Amino acid sequence: MKILVCISKTPDTTAKIAFTDNNTKFDANGVQWIINPYDEWYSLVRAIELKETDPSTVIHLVTVAAADADPIIRKALALGGDEAIRVNADSHDSFYIASQIAEVAKQGGYDLVFTGKETIDYNGSSIGGMVAELLDLPYISLATKFEISANKATVTREIEGGEEVAEANLPLVVSCQKGMAEQRIPNMKGIMGARTKPLKVQEPVAVDPLTAVAGFELPPAKAGVKLVDAENVDELVRLLHEEAKAI
Amino acid sequence: MSVLIFIDTTDGHVKKATLEALSYGSKIAAQMGTVAEGVVLGNVQDDLASLGKYGVTKIHQVTADALSQPDAQVYCKVLAEVATAIGATVIVFSNNLNGKAIAPRLSARLKAGLVSGAVALPDTSNGFVVKKNVFSGKAFANISVTTAVKIISLNPNAYQVIAGEGTATVAAFATSVSAGAIKVTSSSKASGDVPLTEAEVVVSAGRGMKGPENWGMVEDLAKVLHAATACSRPVADAHWRPHHEHVGQTGIAIAPNLYIAIGISGAIQHLAGVNRSKVIVVINKDPEAPFFKAADYGIVGDAFDIVPKFTAAVKKIKGIA
Ligand SMILES: Cc1cc2nc3c(=O)[nH]c(=O)nc-3n(C[C@H](O)[C@H](O)[C@H](O)COP(=O)(O)OP(=O)(O)OC[C@H]3O[C@@H](n4cnc5c(N)ncnc54)[C@H](O)[C@@H]3O)c2cc1C
Repeated sequence: MKILVCISKTPDTTAKIAFTDNNTKFDANGVQWIINPYDEWYSLVRAIELKETDPSTVIHLVTVAAADADPIIRKALALGGDEAIRVNADSHDSFYIASQIAEVAKQGGYDLVFTGKETIDYNGSSIGGMVAELLDLPYISLATKFEISANKATVTREIEGGEEVAEANLPLVVSCQKGMAEQRIPNMKGIMGARTKPLKVQEPVAVDPLTAVAGFELPPAKAGVKLVDAENVDELVRLLHEEAKAI
Repeated sequence: MSVLIFIDTTDGHVKKATLEALSYGSKIAAQMGTVAEGVVLGNVQDDLASLGKYGVTKIHQVTADALSQPDAQVYCKVLAEVATAIGATVIVFSNNLNGKAIAPRLSARLKAGLVSGAVALPDTSNGFVVKKNVFSGKAFANISVTTAVKIISLNPNAYQVIAGEGTATVAAFATSVSAGAIKVTSSSKASGDVPLTEAEVVVSAGRGMKGPENWGMVEDLAKVLHAATACSRPVADAHWRPHHEHVGQTGIAIAPNLYIAIGISGAIQHLAGVNRSKVIVVINKDPEAPFFKAADYGIVGDAFDIVPKFTAAVKKIKGIA
């Protein structure tokens, strides 16, 4: 089985969110970059687990980014995966990125494409669905469990207020979230090994993005908390009812 | 030219998030001087014609054996057929689970620019620009859509339901789509629970509750408020509560009217998923807890003492014995 795992670079969860160039660019000054948690904790680790069960499994990582994403890819390779492909492009919109990933997927003939549920910066939740459509493959989104037997995948996915189990034959695109696997810390052997794993760089195919960022805004600050005495819970409920009209 | 809104249903009933999408899509149609129409896949128990009061004039209903399985690939093909047939230039989804599964596919199929997680009406004064959540609720981006057909998936609880007068005509739409590759073998649902992303009120608790055995009082408060329950990440990680209750940057992002945080410190990753809530109430015994900075109302005190009193006070105000 050949698995393609999509990896995205995102600001650390504690990064200060600020913008420059008249609020049109993310201010990367002093920002620490991490592997998008959904890609790392769930898609990548689940792919690694599948390889541990069946060592003939091949895992390739793909990212669409400029060279400054290389440390993130090496970190992903330290967790696992056989080789990585970086499509050398600045990030455009989701459709542009999905088109590049679909191209890599076509060339590589993968049985399975894993993405994270969403990135924690753009929150698009769209790459998996777009890649699936571009490849004309079935797509199971927001998976919490993934099992494979012969050519058939059994996937548990979230539905409103519960979950359902769906089956589909490979090839397949799946977006992964909590439940799929548990976060792992790379060990020394993995970190050393990652240095020599192939990281192939290829140029993007020509694709027109469908959207563009016109600008960013920060949410307005809160007015400040109104504290109510612990002995007077009735007063809190009165405020919520009469002032906030929330109860 | 028209606006097409996807009518999402669960067990044959129209979802609340869909009413928001209908109200939102109809407003866009009015803004553009055109009509809003709906599309529904499969049989529905609710009276579709009455959805006209949210502003749609016509509803296209597609029933086909191929639609019996919830398969985004098949749904996408049918929606593309309907959108093309009626010449839709804006297509609206709710950014819920089905929206997330289908809208991106449709975007790639129709080469129609997608804004997922929209929180406001498009600005059509100069192009077509839609505001969406980014950085997990810590900021907004204004996205300019440059394609002829545009797709917006609207965040739940971001636009209010507007009901007026009117009935919609319901017309059958014929499709020749064939069955997909996905087969659902089982599903389970906690019946009666309010889905977290649609809930108006959410009662959420963290490690301050000490252990799963103490959640009774959290559930009691949720019950009197008709609220959904949520939790912080360590609580889900320790299996005190199910994973699907985990809110925050790496869990579910929500924006209810009222978010009540009990024994949650308010770490930046937690706040990222909940700070779009309209009113935030924090109950924490530590006056220095960072959550108070993000709150509208707060009580410094012991949750074990305050939560039961909170429930009693709500009962009193609602006249529940
Ligand atoms: C990459 C990353 C992603 C993360 N994603 C998320 C996420 O999505 N969601 C999330 O929630 N966290 C997330 N976290 C974890 C986050 O940093 C915090 O560790 C977590 O939110 C803390 O949970 P808590 O507030 O329940 O527990 P604690 O931080 O332990 O806080 C417990 C609080 O309860 C109060 N308390 C104790 N006893 C009582 C009492 N009797 N009455 C009243 N108050 C009491 C304490 O004063 C304290 O403020 C993430 C962390 C990382 C590194």
